[in-house]
Amino acid sequence: MTLPQLFFTYFAISMTILSVLVVTRRNPVHSVLWMLVLFIHIAALYLFLNAEFLAAVQIIVYAGARLVLFVFVIMLLNLKKEKTEKKYQDQWPVGAGISLLMIIFFVLIMGKITELPALGKYSIEAIQSEGSLMTIGKVLYTEYILPFEIASVILLVAIIGAVVLAKKRIE
Amino acid sequence: MSLSEILWVLIKTVLVVSVFLLHVMYVQYFERKVIGHMQGRMGPMRVGWHGLLQPIADSIKLFFKEDIIPSSADKPIFYIAPIIGVVAGVSTLAVIPLWSGFSIADLNVGILYILALSALASFSVILGGWASNSKYSFLGGLRSSAQVISYEIAMGLSLVGVMMMSGSANLSDIVNAQKGGWFIVPQFIAFVVFMIAVFAETNRVPFDLPEAETELVSGFATEYSGMRWALFFMAEYAGMFVMSGLAVVCFFGGWSGPAFLPGVVWFLLKVYSFIFLFFWVRATLPRYRYDQLMGLGWKLFIPLALANIILTGLIKLL
Repeated sequence: MTLPQLFFTYFAISMTILSVLVVTRRNPVHSVLWMLVLFIHIAALYLFLNAEFLAAVQIIVYAGARLVLFVFVIMLLNLKKEKTEKKYQDQWPVGAGISLLMIIFFVLIMGKITELPALGKYSIEAIQSEGSLMTIGKVLYTEYILPFEIASVILLVAIIGAVVLAKKRIE
Repeated sequence: MSLSEILWVLIKTVLVVSVFLLHVMYVQYFERKVIGHMQGRMGPMRVGWHGLLQPIADSIKLFFKEDIIPSSADKPIFYIAPIIGVVAGVSTLAVIPLWSGFSIADLNVGILYILALSALASFSVILGGWASNSKYSFLGGLRSSAQVISYEIAMGLSLVGVMMMSGSANLSDIVNAQKGGWFIVPQFIAFVVFMIAVFAETNRVPFDLPEAETELVSGFATEYSGMRWALFFMAEYAGMFVMSGLAVVCFFGGWSGPAFLPGVVWFLLKVYSFIFLFFWVRATLPRYRYDQLMGLGWKLFIPLALANIILTGLIKLL
């Protein structure tokens, strides 16, 4: 096994285990903590794929902002009942069965893929010569400007929605 | 990467971290002396000449103190919370260029790396406060989480102006871009927003609400003792150093200065002027009220930082 394969195997296995830990913990704060470890693994995997910018943003946005928000909300709720009650609903075997089918399905498909997809103009060398930050910036603001703007408008809708919900009714 | 390169990185890391820890030890002496003199006292005087050995005595005391863990605490999280803070604080040093061409890792996303690690450092306060299972600690943790989310945005946005001016997020490039003049002049608004956000990020007076002594005993650190408490303390000072370093690199030309002193001396001089500013503010200003802190962050600093981005863009266009 080469070094890259070794790394990828480690990340793939540990990320799977961490995801399972996130959904099986009884204490919600522990779940969030395992999710933090999971996010750091994802960031490391991005680094491994030469995507420095994505790795940094993964930590800033997901680990830094969203998880802190999660922890904040969990701490404010009274979750004593959650710790003692039954954790899953009765349908969980059905869900597990479907997941298993999906895994088998993917394994079968993976075996059929023999040809690698064609490489675009953004090879590792091209990105490294310019820096991942530059490359993403250029692509995002030229080729993909429309999807980028649409995403911004959707986020704006969410902000306005939050303001409307939070604002007291004016007579 | 060859073996000798890896070895060189290791040597640099050990050197920087050990020198840094010495600085952290003595900056606390510096703080007590500065604040003492500002209040008409002498500060520590007993151990060594003018109390010079005080930090060593303090470290020995903290090291041998009993490590008390509350019986109802969440033990694993209680154990790791202070360690997260120190690790995040110290690893931020990796990207700060101490002098021309010397930084442990010359990352293209240097600024983002620092922002990411300072976000992780906030987990140490939040988790430490929660795991202690005490009301004071818990309130400290809650305050810290809300404070960090709010001020992280203002800090990140204020640095966008600097990145626009230099066209890079690499800290060495930012210093080199300031050959013609320090960014403090064109980016003055960004500097003010950044500095105030830094005070909130590092939990220093006037924004030290997570550990407000008058209301919360010692906030998130109430239940901690001995070495674990010292780790929280170290994380706070590490944060001050790193943020001062970032301010120097982004607004005050990093290691540059007249040639009669080497670059690293200039860098340290500038960093220590910022550290002095932290102490000066601590001895001068009273603490903010929590709703004032939040209002200031969201209603004043974030719009100001956004306006600064637009202004910088316009100036670059003209």
